Amino acid sequence: MERKEWPLWEVFVRSRNGLDHKHCGSVHAPDAKLALQVARDVYTRRQEGVSIWVVKADNIVASDPDAKPELFDPAEDKIYRHPTFYQLPEEVGHM
Amino acid sequence: MYTQALDIPQQNADAKPLRAVENAAYQAEFDAKVDAGGFIEAKDWMPEAYRKTLIRQISQHAHSEIVGMLPEGNWISRAPSLKRKAILLAKVQDEGGHGLYLYAAAETLGVSRDELMDALHSRKAKYSSIFNYPTLNWADVGVIGWLVDGAAIMNQIPLCKCSYGPYARAMIRVCKEESFHQRQGYDLLLTMMRGTPEQQEMVQDAVNRWWWPSIMMFGPHDKDSVHTDSARWGIKRISNDDLRQKFVDATVKQAEVLGVTLPDPELKWNEERGHYDFGAIDWEEFWNVVNGHGQCNVDRLAERVQAWEEGAWVREAALAHAEKQAARENAGRAAA
Repeated sequence: MERKEWPLWEVFVRSRNGLDHKHCGSVHAPDAKLALQVARDVYTRRQEGVSIWVVKADNIVASDPDAKPELFDPAEDKIYRHPTFYQLPEEVGHM
Repeated sequence: MYTQALDIPQQNADAKPLRAVENAAYQAEFDAKVDAGGFIEAKDWMPEAYRKTLIRQISQHAHSEIVGMLPEGNWISRAPSLKRKAILLAKVQDEGGHGLYLYAAAETLGVSRDELMDALHSRKAKYSSIFNYPTLNWADVGVIGWLVDGAAIMNQIPLCKCSYGPYARAMIRVCKEESFHQRQGYDLLLTMMRGTPEQQEMVQDAVNRWWWPSIMMFGPHDKDSVHTDSARWGIKRISNDDLRQKFVDATVKQAEVLGVTLPDPELKWNEERGHYDFGAIDWEEFWNVVNGHGQCNVDRLAERVQAWEEGAWVREAALAHAEKQAARENAGRAAA
């Protein structure tokens, strides 16, 4: 029989309510239901999470690492976007 | 979790390059990042030799976790109490989990899970030779936790800061869980040492058999080590001999507390060095086991292959079911 791997799923776990789901690794599983089951067994054996997302790895669109300069460098010289850019008189207090 | 600095050149590690071109500008950027202690991520450009070294090391590490389930799994059905059985089950499950974190990390380098499995099953890839020793009595389970996992922890902590992001993150997860493995082992041994003289003898017997293989886990002496690239690339941050010394220094006191003798007459404190001296390692035995002539090499691999092959129908059936469900859903959608 032709050998075929189970598809790859990326796993995101919310460690507790109030926090974002965070990527923690990947698993192989034939479908979404089993992907959740496997992710639970592999990534939450010690109460690491209260909610799991699994996303087929094929469905994730990532930015090109070679495009890092044009994507992210333009923000480098826009320091006026940060509050610390503005020097205010001390009497104003915390703002 | 278990790693061993094997330093064995891989015969056939031809992973498909994503961007095969060795570009000088990319190389310079890579070097600068690594030299500054930064991380390389999966889709970043990396030299092919770096990629191959990582695939070899991470997959050997993963294989060691998976094969490492066998010697201890041997004792699950014979654990002396329900408590110890539950602990051992959890530990062996962790080893499986560690293997999975690591396979996932290796796959980010462009190699498939099946290729990795094939390499293990066809003996192209190695795993830690420590698992080619048999677990003869219940105390072996404790000694594996204390010494084997203890040695593994020494090896693994520096890997949490290695230059390849997915490997480093997997190792952080592994190390967090590993402490439980070592402590449960030591706790098991303490319990036996408070028992009958026969139980105490079992512990000493297990220590006698596992001590030397454990300190061999750090791999050949630095002077005989061939993979200097790993240090330059920030994959290996502390040398084999330094890690081994650290392990010996830490273990002597633990052996005292336990009340066992480490089987090395030359083991003694060296005031001048500020470390324990220890006897010569039998490298002939080490290479013998690495090269497939240990007591359990054949059995371990046979068990792995058997588990993989006997599980094939499950993997195929699950996939067929998933495909059928998806087709049904699509048909339903088309009809609606």
